[in-house]
Amino acid sequence: MHKKKCVAMLLAGGQGSRLGVLTQQIAKPAVPFGGKYRIIDFPLSNCYNSGIDTVGVLTQYKPLALNSYIGIGSAWDLDRINGGVYVLPPFVKEQGGEWYKGTADAICQNVNFIDRFKPEYVLILSGDHIYKMDYSLMLEFHQDKEADVTIGVIEVPWDEASRFGIMSSDENYRITQFDEKPAQPKSNHASMGIYIFSWPILRKYLLDDENDTRSSHDFGKDIIPKLLRNQAKLVAYPFEGYWKDVGTVESFWQANMDLLGEKSQLNMYDSNWRIYSANPPRPPHYIAATAKVKSSIISEGCLAFGQVKNSVIFPDVYIGEGAVVKNSVIMAGAHIEDNVVIDKAIIGRKTVIKQGAVVSAAHELDGQQIVVVAADMVIPPHTIIKTSISRSANEEFCGKEEEQL
Amino acid sequence: MMGELMGIINLSEAEEYLGELNRSRPLAAIPFAGRYRLIDFVLSNMVNSDISNVGVFIQHKYRSLMDHLRSGKEWDLARKRDGLFILPPAYTRTPMQMHRGDVENFYSNLDYIRSSRQKYVVVAGPEMVSNMDYRSALELHKKTEADITILYTKANCSTHDCLRANVLEIEKDGQVTDMKEYHALGGYQNLSMQTFIMEKKILIELINDCIARGDYDFIKHCIIKNINKYRVYGYCHQGYVARISSLRSYYKHSMELLNPQIWRELFLKSGLIYTKVKDEPPAKYMIDSDVANALVASGCYIEGRVENSILFRGVKVHKRAYIKNSIIMQSCEIGAGAVLENVICDKDVFITANKHLKGESNYPLVIKKGQVI
Repeated sequence: MHKKKCVAMLLAGGQGSRLGVLTQQIAKPAVPFGGKYRIIDFPLSNCYNSGIDTVGVLTQYKPLALNSYIGIGSAWDLDRINGGVYVLPPFVKEQGGEWYKGTADAICQNVNFIDRFKPEYVLILSGDHIYKMDYSLMLEFHQDKEADVTIGVIEVPWDEASRFGIMSSDENYRITQFDEKPAQPKSNHASMGIYIFSWPILRKYLLDDENDTRSSHDFGKDIIPKLLRNQAKLVAYPFEGYWKDVGTVESFWQANMDLLGEKSQLNMYDSNWRIYSANPPRPPHYIAATAKVKSSIISEGCLAFGQVKNSVIFPDVYIGEGAVVKNSVIMAGAHIEDNVVIDKAIIGRKTVIKQGAVVSAAHELDGQQIVVVAADMVIPPHTIIKTSISRSANEEFCGKEEEQL
Repeated sequence: MMGELMGIINLSEAEEYLGELNRSRPLAAIPFAGRYRLIDFVLSNMVNSDISNVGVFIQHKYRSLMDHLRSGKEWDLARKRDGLFILPPAYTRTPMQMHRGDVENFYSNLDYIRSSRQKYVVVAGPEMVSNMDYRSALELHKKTEADITILYTKANCSTHDCLRANVLEIEKDGQVTDMKEYHALGGYQNLSMQTFIMEKKILIELINDCIARGDYDFIKHCIIKNINKYRVYGYCHQGYVARISSLRSYYKHSMELLNPQIWRELFLKSGLIYTKVKDEPPAKYMIDSDVANALVASGCYIEGRVENSILFRGVKVHKRAYIKNSIIMQSCEIGAGAVLENVICDKDVFITANKHLKGESNYPLVIKKGQVI
């Protein structure tokens, strides 16, 4: 193996249980986002754009969609002879094997993988965030500061700071204190879950941590506090720009809405920092004379005959005449029949909403719940859906529909 | 099992009929339908017919085409065995001499044809845009025990532009008895799709025979002259066919794509149409956008009004701009308040604010690639 200066390890094994119906069938990093992407496209594209060509992707929870999506990494130009993308699931060893017990354990079980490239640095990423970031600048910063660990931090509003891991640092960016979700935050610099470690140090701490029976084998809870206690040099790398955790249905929906309108902070149209993804071979979409499209993004292969406002429409979606789609995210292949009304909802892949049905929680937008309809459902005509529904509930619907017939 | 059919895409064209659009690129590389180039249709049809060995015989002005096809990966043709072969004139058999026609190019690349492992070959050009599976034509070819099967479509030449098309005379049993260039006949005609299926050994025979007689035009000399010497049958393709033979037909067939039935048939019917990917984000519509009856590709950014038009990838339409009955190609920018009607903008055109441009409905105004107006 060729020696690599920096190897990225992308933690993509989390279930993302707070995303509910959205992660019922797939791992969180594989959740579709922004009309054509999946969440994992953001860290992978950032890697490619930052010149990092060796990425290990740690998978565990429901990996089928994720693994087949990553494939050999060609979508991100990561199908390389030296390096490229490697999918790293947990594996069996001579003395049994184990699931990844925590974020640090996942890396620790793959020390051999990292050692093959003899890297100086290891970049730890997670598959939970929507952002564009040049990791090479962070690596330069890490080298300049001669740090052992550099942690990406972002300013968050003070009143939200207690939801994050908060870093306090001195005037030289050196981290003095780290508090996980503090009640009384001392700073508003939140950890982005992005770390650059000098590999020999990380390697040592990982192996020590593995033998510590009291440890939960987590970067935030165990490795970082231990490094701080031992006076290692931890520095905070301040990041400015759009960064959004999409861990909940609300934040996922909001991040999609953030792409719309003129104030959109995440520029997807920058050809110098493209977000790459698998490109489905679909024709340009068709907007009929009866359609009205405002403040939305629409992907390829769609046919729109109705109204679309403030919405994100994935490929191959059909929107029938007289239908109104507002403030919503419609996943690929969904079929919205005539005169359907959808407001503040997320409609799953290939779900059919029959004519005249209404999917909306309440009338007033403020504080209104987001209604999530799972993938592959059939919502019968003129049904009113006010709360999220998942697949098990669908069987009931299918049954009902058959009765009607 | 390996497919028994190989594909040859013949891109030699004697003249250029699409004017300005044809200036820096061959017909095969002309952008069509919002994100494709003409060659994508014939190439995707081949791939969707389980053909994994495709030779593209190119003649001239092929930079844009090479840039488009590259390894053939997007058509799943970057293979260990077979795959995509781009074959420019090799001149090895005719040193120091330009080719007069496509047969000489076939002849100089005869080794490629000979060493291919498939038994049958389909030879096609880029001008007939359709979505079809060649395997049903191959089946008929075997059933009729024909030497050559010519694919054709029925067209009403009183309303369609049939100029320069080849028309077939066909017996009741499907045998082709004559083929000639269309000449003011009018009425329903059997239009050759310039697509031929035959055994590879017959193709080699035709090529050698043509060269031996000093002939050089594949269709005129190899096919038409031999129509009574070989057993030639016709296969009628029932679906939608757009014959791109002039600027007018290009414009007309582009506008037909605004019919959802044709959209479905051409893009999705028997297989997907593949093309070079650009990793553009989805199209973005702003609050002031007003779009009706339009085909919009990825990467577009629309603040203005678009009606009965086609926007290719990465087109920017600024506020108060009004685009009507027009085709705007990749990466064009239409400035605020500009009005375009019956206009075809080639790639990278920038129309500055408040300009008014208007063509005629049967004669669109074409703006040259990269122009700033």
